[in-house]
Amino acid sequence: MGRIEATFTDLKARGEKALVTFITAGDPSLAKTEEIIHALVEGGVDIIELGIPFSDPMADGPAIQLSSLRALEAGATLAGVLDMVERVRKFSNVPIVLMGYYNPVFRFGVDAFALRAAQAGVDGLLMVDLPPEEAGEAHGALRASGIDLITLLAPTTPPERTKELAAQGEGFLYYVSMTGVTGSQKVDPAAIAQRVETLRAQSPVPVGVGFGITSAQEAAAVADFADAVVVGSALVRIIEDCGDSKRLIPEVRRFAAELKAAIG
Amino acid sequence: MYNSPDDRGHFGQFGGRYVAETLMPSLMELESAYEEVREDPEFQAEMRKCLHDYVGRPSPLYFAPRLTEAMGGAKIYLKREDLNHTGAHKVNNTVGQVFLAKRMGKKRVIAETGAGQHGVATATLAALLGLECEVFMGAEDIRRQSLNVFRMKLLGAKVHSVTSGTATLKDAMNEALRYWVTHVRDTFYVIGTVAGPHPYPRMVRDFQSVIGEEARAQILELEGRLPDVALACIGGGSNAMGLFYPFVEDEGVELIGVEAAGLGVDTDKHAASIGAGQVGVLHGNKTYLLQDDDGQILHAHSISAGLDYPGVGPEHAHLHDIGRARYVSVTDEEALEAFQQLTRLEGIIPALESSHAIAYLNKLAPTLPKDAIIVVCLSGRGDKDIHTVAEALGVEL
Repeated sequence: MGRIEATFTDLKARGEKALVTFITAGDPSLAKTEEIIHALVEGGVDIIELGIPFSDPMADGPAIQLSSLRALEAGATLAGVLDMVERVRKFSNVPIVLMGYYNPVFRFGVDAFALRAAQAGVDGLLMVDLPPEEAGEAHGALRASGIDLITLLAPTTPPERTKELAAQGEGFLYYVSMTGVTGSQKVDPAAIAQRVETLRAQSPVPVGVGFGITSAQEAAAVADFADAVVVGSALVRIIEDCGDSKRLIPEVRRFAAELKAAIG
Repeated sequence: MYNSPDDRGHFGQFGGRYVAETLMPSLMELESAYEEVREDPEFQAEMRKCLHDYVGRPSPLYFAPRLTEAMGGAKIYLKREDLNHTGAHKVNNTVGQVFLAKRMGKKRVIAETGAGQHGVATATLAALLGLECEVFMGAEDIRRQSLNVFRMKLLGAKVHSVTSGTATLKDAMNEALRYWVTHVRDTFYVIGTVAGPHPYPRMVRDFQSVIGEEARAQILELEGRLPDVALACIGGGSNAMGLFYPFVEDEGVELIGVEAAGLGVDTDKHAASIGAGQVGVLHGNKTYLLQDDDGQILHAHSISAGLDYPGVGPEHAHLHDIGRARYVSVTDEEALEAFQQLTRLEGIIPALESSHAIAYLNKLAPTLPKDAIIVVCLSGRGDKDIHTVAEALGVEL
């Protein structure tokens, strides 16, 4: 059993929902990211989504755009991110899902990436701009390395397609809670509850909800019907505010604990 | 037989549909709507009528006697897309897409624009058909192309200044995609070039093919034979694809695309994606891109805002790979010289984009015999570039 599946199994046994947090790797630096992950795990985060910085983050709102830019300016590369994951594995078994855009992975070479990522301790890959129709070349290599390719579903995805994609889910399904870029609007839990329930019935794997969840209260409302709650931009903004200051690590830990306590 | 793209939008290894899931259903909806109108005689007639009565097609194929004489080689014909309503070839595509948007019941069209020509052409059709229009343009391009910005505003469009990244065409496209993903249900995204996710590269090529179809018929009428060379400038590559496509199966016609070499392809300031890029994925398609070893997209540079893009349409990448078309480049300086050359010799002020194609004639035409024929796409007129040219020549207006 992989780390993602084991985590969900444990949580289910304890009657808990999964807290998934997104941060951009390398913002403010790769060394700090390592410390941030440590703090997130201490705060109770169950799964880490680690953004691969990209020059043209087309599906992201301003918070994550800027963090991607800061990471690139600080010298982050995909190879450097994978080295950092390897260092994290010395102190934590938290599942790590790399998230981002396809070009850096494609340029690295999908076969080389799959081998190196598995060796470093990556559990899943979520590519915003790689729909299942184009994922063939990457999927084979990832599967051979035991890395889950996480599928995204959107409010605009028609029922028939939802059913098809859900059935092929690996790791967990990521339901995008609204039509928009990351962090641009607030989630409306009541409006998506039914949709997520349907998805859970169709999916062989747990269902997470993300985009627009910014507070403990919203996280709690979404956790009522989802298996996992993803918080990204709100955390990235805290990292932006704190920068490289002494407040950074305690603030990150505090926010994670607050979210975890709320979703129970 | 040339038969690209396949039904999933792949041109060989290029093209495809690399977008966020939120947009996938809209692209499928667009694809089936486009399939429908391709076969619909009423829609085709409506479009042809607009191209004829409103755009002013067919555009002339003009023999350029003084340019031909000055170069001392092949006979040069200019396909006068600069004479179209709104001043460039861009309108051929916006007629098609905005008519389609209206038919699909969308209330708003959005567009990205570099030089502003595509933005103006989209705003024009939106005005004609009574749709809302919002245009995304890099802040740097807004500065370079203030005339076109004002034209768009006069036409009733809202112009968004994009300050992220390099504040040029690529960033305008990122921002248009972000807007589209947010308003996808009632908004039609009018992409201005033969790039983006399937079905855009094919759809835009089809709408622009009127250039090559007319040119082919006109040269047969004028010369009784096909040209030896069809030549056009390439940013994303829509005017070139429009000219090339009807000649793709005519093996005797050499197809040459001219990329922008900026300060030189051996510097880091150019826009020659095929000449100096590597295969990658950006803006919904796989193609040649200017990128570093880590897969980060590099800044493109060209004196011409319309060519200032770090990618190229996937069909050009494919034509390059199969050896059907040849891609070359000319520098800012060569384009500036050609701009003045055509103006003085023929009394035609070309767009800086089109000046790249004219500049390459200086290298090509003298090497060909006098009975050889070159058809060049003069993709747009240069009024919009007067300030840029004056600045480059050190003239204060």
